[in-house]
Amino acid sequence: MRGAACLAKKQTIMAAQRSDKLFLPVAFGVTLLKFLLIPTYHSTDFEVHRNWLAITHSLPVSQWYYEATSEWTLDYPPFFAWFEYVLSHVAKYFDREMLVVQNLNYSSHETIFFQRLSVIFTDVLFIYAVHECCKCVNGKQGGKEPFENPSFVLSVLLLWNFGLLIVDHIHFQYNGFLFGFMLLSIARLFQKRHLEGAFLFAILLHLKHINLYVAPAYGMYLLRSYCFTADNPDGSIRWRKFNFLRLTALGLIVCLVTACSLGPFIVWGQLPQVLSRLFPFKRGLCHAYWAPNFWAIYSAVDKALSVIGLKYKFLNPAEMPKAAMTGGLVQEFQHTVLPSVTPLATLVCTAIFMLPSVFCLWFKPQGPRGFLRCLVLCALTSFMFGWHVHEKAILLVILPLSLLSVEKSRDAGVYLILATTGHLSLFPLLFTAPELPIKILLMLLFTVYSFSSLKTLFRKEGPLLNWLETLYLLGLLPLEILCEIVFPFTAWISKFPFLPLMLISVYCALGIMYAWLKLYISVFRGPLTFRQKKE
Amino acid sequence: MLIYAILPPPLFFFFVGAGKPPMYGDYEAQRHWQEITYNLPVKDWYFNTTDNNLQYWGLDYPPLTAYHSLLCAYVAHLIDPSWVALHTSHGYESQPHKLFMRTTVLVADMLIYIPAVILYCCYLKDASNKKKISSALCILLYPGLILIDYGHFQYNSVSLGFALWGMLFLSYDLDVWGSIAFCFALNYKQMELYHSLPFFCYLLGKCFKKGLMGKGLLSLMKLGFTVVVSFAFCWLPFCMDVRQILQVLRRLFPVDRGLFEDKVANIWCTISVFFKIKTILSAETQFKLSLVLTFLAILPSCIKLTMQPSLRGFKYSLVCCALSFFLFSFQVHEKSILLVSIPVCLLINEIPFMSAWFLLVSTFSMLPLLLKDGLLLSYIVTTLAFLMVCGTSFSILEKTSEADLKLKMFSASIRNYIPWFKIFPKTMKYLFLVSITMMGILTLMSATLDPPQKLPDLFPLTISVVSCLHFLFFLLYFNVIAIWESKSSSNQKKSN
Repeated sequence: MRGAACLAKKQTIMAAQRSDKLFLPVAFGVTLLKFLLIPTYHSTDFEVHRNWLAITHSLPVSQWYYEATSEWTLDYPPFFAWFEYVLSHVAKYFDREMLVVQNLNYSSHETIFFQRLSVIFTDVLFIYAVHECCKCVNGKQGGKEPFENPSFVLSVLLLWNFGLLIVDHIHFQYNGFLFGFMLLSIARLFQKRHLEGAFLFAILLHLKHINLYVAPAYGMYLLRSYCFTADNPDGSIRWRKFNFLRLTALGLIVCLVTACSLGPFIVWGQLPQVLSRLFPFKRGLCHAYWAPNFWAIYSAVDKALSVIGLKYKFLNPAEMPKAAMTGGLVQEFQHTVLPSVTPLATLVCTAIFMLPSVFCLWFKPQGPRGFLRCLVLCALTSFMFGWHVHEKAILLVILPLSLLSVEKSRDAGVYLILATTGHLSLFPLLFTAPELPIKILLMLLFTVYSFSSLKTLFRKEGPLLNWLETLYLLGLLPLEILCEIVFPFTAWISKFPFLPLMLISVYCALGIMYAWLKLYISVFRGPLTFRQKKE
Repeated sequence: MLIYAILPPPLFFFFVGAGKPPMYGDYEAQRHWQEITYNLPVKDWYFNTTDNNLQYWGLDYPPLTAYHSLLCAYVAHLIDPSWVALHTSHGYESQPHKLFMRTTVLVADMLIYIPAVILYCCYLKDASNKKKISSALCILLYPGLILIDYGHFQYNSVSLGFALWGMLFLSYDLDVWGSIAFCFALNYKQMELYHSLPFFCYLLGKCFKKGLMGKGLLSLMKLGFTVVVSFAFCWLPFCMDVRQILQVLRRLFPVDRGLFEDKVANIWCTISVFFKIKTILSAETQFKLSLVLTFLAILPSCIKLTMQPSLRGFKYSLVCCALSFFLFSFQVHEKSILLVSIPVCLLINEIPFMSAWFLLVSTFSMLPLLLKDGLLLSYIVTTLAFLMVCGTSFSILEKTSEADLKLKMFSASIRNYIPWFKIFPKTMKYLFLVSITMMGILTLMSATLDPPQKLPDLFPLTISVVSCLHFLFFLLYFNVIAIWESKSSSNQKKSN
């Protein structure tokens, strides 16, 4: 019996080694795919980044956050501006014209080629980070085949992630590079190299400030599991073991990185200007397309109530504010029936719903996996309740959750719901006809792979989804067909142009809400099962 | 598991040429055929009339292509009538139309070519599950077909898919179905004639085996009847009038076009680099010369197949015949190399090293055409992807021993005369690496450098000559294994 177990273990290890060999082809394959995507449609974000290249290249640092020739002003933190500055010094060898601030909407072939290449090449960091993450996964579930090894599955789920591919390589952004920092810092925390992880995260914060949402998880984890060197045997806190040196080191790192990034602007007294650019609260509650979050449901209910109210004469049409949501423009908007939501309210909501998961990290520390779950929850909560959330922000949840999904079947189920609905809600980003088959095929490829691979990974533990969840996910299919293919041919397209977007985002919002609840429950029930296993 | 092999290729297909600049040429030809078949009665399709100017991309493929165009035209008319409007739609191009055309290729692929490949790989004898998937992936990712069908724009996968179906049926002893499928292939594209001889020889040999009288004769008659009926079925609207049939045939085989056009990687183009064959010999001599040479080149493998019909020999002979036709026959197009590549694809499981090498060279030989279409990036990406898949799933570089190259029997019989004869696996590997580097350098040069003023065709010609030399080497190799190796397999069976 023991011999058999030993043999099985050996086979698993060998499979892990072989799957390690497969990592390079997987990464190389996706890179080739990215090259094929070069000529596809690119959104206004392309012009945004070109403008930033021009600003950072041709203006002194003190002017960066004041320049406003283009409507796409610099609204990322200083490190990202420096990143663009470095890129611009390569860009000048491709086409100097793209570096002129006044050349609005400039997109020569060289410019497109350079910008696309810059995304592909900076993705090398992401690939390296994924490689590090794959090492942190334990291969208990592994089968004999290298294809059935968790680390292999994880590498495909991360590298071939549908959302990342379309957002970065079609829509155009540098998320791969940024997620490289995040995943690398997570991997470092798993590897017990806490200071390095903290350093990487501090840099990430100053590259893109949306990561502030997950900062509580980092702060609490480092404080509880790094600054305290030991716990009581029952897992509760042991105040005597507090290591002040470690706290100082962490503080120093964060302060130094912040000084490097914001220091010059503080000295010049430009901090208020920088902050006003970074946090534009003038924008509306929902982004141009509704992100599938709590506010989408809220607004939909409001809309439905107002329609019903008008029909049965509860409401006076003259008193209603004239503002159609999702008209395309990002403007402030007032709800008609339900109370309007202020930025402060969303902030309070986010904080309230984030707190339990962060407290859980303090009272029941479960090592890096607990931290990762808390991080995912923080990101998901901010997505659900944040102000002016982009639908792209769901990637902040899906990518870290992939790490958890290959280790535990319950997380795998949540991952499947979240990834499918989240990715589907990204569809409106690509609305041009030539990209329609591309996005559908890519989505199918990724979804089919994630379902089948996770199913084979956890085939001993029964089905990953219950009938309700399966029904819900299957419902996405007719919904998508209805909204993208049937609806444009009906007469309603001119009357209610926003209806398909609203339907998709409300339907997806339900699924994401459900996944959020399920994930929260698993956080609180997690330690119990953990202890039971120990007994 | 198989889903991994099925899904990525269509994806790749679609990306190739996704953002291509306007295309004329074959794209306009296909659109024009839709216009013609939709608006004109059947009897006018192949005739020069006031509404059908044959000089403007006239229909020059067999009836099945015309029917396919008609079918697509009906769908096109449903979506937007201006796509197929008579006369006014000449040169029409728009984003939605491009999407529509590319979707028709994908649909045709999904219906005919991809299922055939998948089925073929599923029933590969003595191959593990992993092997099956990786060979399916390799075949579907073959860059040449993807680039020509989706980038350059043609429907090659339909005729090639029908031929594949024919081969599949033959391997299950469903000879009647096989010949029907092959007749469809032939009636979709006359180029399938390259494959007709092996089909014919294999079936004939099988009938001989059953005995020339009695059973064999009966099955031969049955097959003959099948072929006649399926041809009649395809040509039904044209059968009423002999004039119609003759006109279609004249359109299909334009003999007066000359020995070769453009730069083709065949023997004639290569010879004319040193020796202007087109001007020295009269057109008739050229025609006769090419006919004789083609005949001589296909003879060995065909005789072998007729004498000893075996499935493996059939595959080898498909490669040999198609390659001989490509190298020696009259009026060859560079895209015709696809007719050789698909049978080679089928061998990727047996001789991974040589097949992968050949497939790379065949794609490379079409480079001038691809450059003209602005497909350089797609070419590089798909080739690298193909090389990577072959490299990881078959580890081609380690399969260069005599046994892996199927040359054991050959070298054994040579050793009877020359005792020190040996095939060095290392040499093959180095040859491969040298050829790969050469192709890489030539690709780079023709993409970046301007040719000198005196020799504007320097790069395309170099590419043709290099590929032609490769093809001659492959012709020799495939003939050798066709003659020696299929014998060895039949011997093995006997000893078993």
